[in-house]
Amino acid sequence: MSTLHVVNPGLLTTLQDHGRRGYEDRGVPPSGALDELSFAIANALVGNPSGTGALEFTLLGGQFRVGQGGCVIAVTGDMQVFIDDRPVAPYQCHVLQSDALLKVGRALSGARGYLAVAGGFAVEPVLGSVSTLLRGALGGFAGRALVKGDVLPLAAPSQYLPVAARAPGQRLWPQREHQPLRVVLGPQQAYFSPLEIGRFLSESFQVSGQSDRMGYRLTGPGIAHLKGFNIVSDAISTGSVQIPGSGHPIIAMHDRQTTGGYPKIATVIRADLARLGQCKPGDWLGFSEVSVEDAEDLWCERQVLVNAYLDELSIRYGRRRR
Amino acid sequence: MNSEEQESSVRIAPIADHALYIDFGEVIDAAVNQRVTALAKRVATAHIEGVTGLIPTYRALTVAYDCTRIRQARLRARIEQLVAEPDAGADRVRSWQVPVAYGGEHGIDLHWLCDLHQLDPHDLIRLHSAVTYRVYMIGFMPGFAYLGGLDERLHTSRRESARLKVPAGSVSIGGMQTAVASVEAPSGWHLIGRTPARSFVPSREQPFLFGAGDEIRFCAIGADEFDDLWAQPDYLPQWTWRT
Repeated sequence: MSTLHVVNPGLLTTLQDHGRRGYEDRGVPPSGALDELSFAIANALVGNPSGTGALEFTLLGGQFRVGQGGCVIAVTGDMQVFIDDRPVAPYQCHVLQSDALLKVGRALSGARGYLAVAGGFAVEPVLGSVSTLLRGALGGFAGRALVKGDVLPLAAPSQYLPVAARAPGQRLWPQREHQPLRVVLGPQQAYFSPLEIGRFLSESFQVSGQSDRMGYRLTGPGIAHLKGFNIVSDAISTGSVQIPGSGHPIIAMHDRQTTGGYPKIATVIRADLARLGQCKPGDWLGFSEVSVEDAEDLWCERQVLVNAYLDELSIRYGRRRR
Repeated sequence: MNSEEQESSVRIAPIADHALYIDFGEVIDAAVNQRVTALAKRVATAHIEGVTGLIPTYRALTVAYDCTRIRQARLRARIEQLVAEPDAGADRVRSWQVPVAYGGEHGIDLHWLCDLHQLDPHDLIRLHSAVTYRVYMIGFMPGFAYLGGLDERLHTSRRESARLKVPAGSVSIGGMQTAVASVEAPSGWHLIGRTPARSFVPSREQPFLFGAGDEIRFCAIGADEFDDLWAQPDYLPQWTWRT
């Protein structure tokens, strides 16, 4: 069993998978990769089952020394990648020998990058998931972000040897999409006048520095409430746009609280969550309204496209047995 | 309340393509909360294809779904049927006996509350432990239980500033509610005691103790007994089914 030694952990690097599902009624948020698309592609590139835990980088990658036995890796997101100081391409798998130095630089666009290792990390799941929940210190490596000196145990890779794969088309780069985030209004749009809802849908907002895996705080024009800003707490979904007393929207992300007491003016649709996950402080956002039916069509179309790409990758692995 | 009135007070709304939101009203109230948990039970029992999660709160049920498996329009029709069905009679509920060390280092706001409400500490403890509480919902942090049924004489608005860290097991009062904290977390509520029962242990066979709809009764214990029970990592409080 090989290892990855953390030489430099980057800004905020955590282990994430496709989330801790089915415990929201017990107050446990889903967590998981903020850009689930780039995360899924990273796993597919090294021949892992979808949903295997991978490292999520935030704005900056990190440096890792490969332990005895070597490993096979892939990095996704718009990240610079170096192996022993030699630049290599993201969106490809690479075979690393023992003692190699893997360096992942900064994100050239977007905020997140993913490092998948063939076989995954040897970490015990907590409530069915290896995702790290920092607030609550659950999952991942000791429930926290990586620190210098960590030794990450790797699980044995599958019997299939990965091959170099074609990089995906731009349609599968969430951070390259620039149209407004699509939302369905509600469920508490009655707390806002039509005029304020109109402003919400037409103004631009900036992602503030007080944004993390729990939520993004937006600056820009405030949205006024019609009838107070406290509601009796109810459930929050990923993508829920809450308007607190200040009038400045907060978009709930994967590590959000499961319940909260601010009215929600709108909710970002699933097809745009990966793109939302790639937003960083300073980015400008706008919102446009779609119907539930359109949101569902967009998600289903997206899944067809993604699954076709992921299937194509796994077929290639299947043909190249070790 | 007849069934027509029941139906008219229910609002069903989309949470985009993530979930359906079934809202029973903007109140913290045992009867409304009962309707939420009763509907959650009916939806769970219906095993609707494509439903991925049920999140009951004080006054609403959120039904998460996967639109590649069921479209919202169909889910909504199914949920409307289930909403229209009468709530089953008295369900059996889990009823917990939860020991609490009141006051002292475990309940640093107890004396402040006594001064505010002009109560003797013993009377305050008696008022708090004489009631059977209903778990209205689990939220905020993993396993954090919001309880309804607090005696009016103990209603207290929250602290002006929150404490950054409150220990796991803290029993506190905020507004018209009381709560049992599951993990160390910030809190703006008033701390009156602490239970040695660990309500969230991820590695335990039963990771969570409390669920929405459960009942809780507190019993006062001394600081020594707290230490004894806290020292037993496997300690679980007693519970029974109540029908």
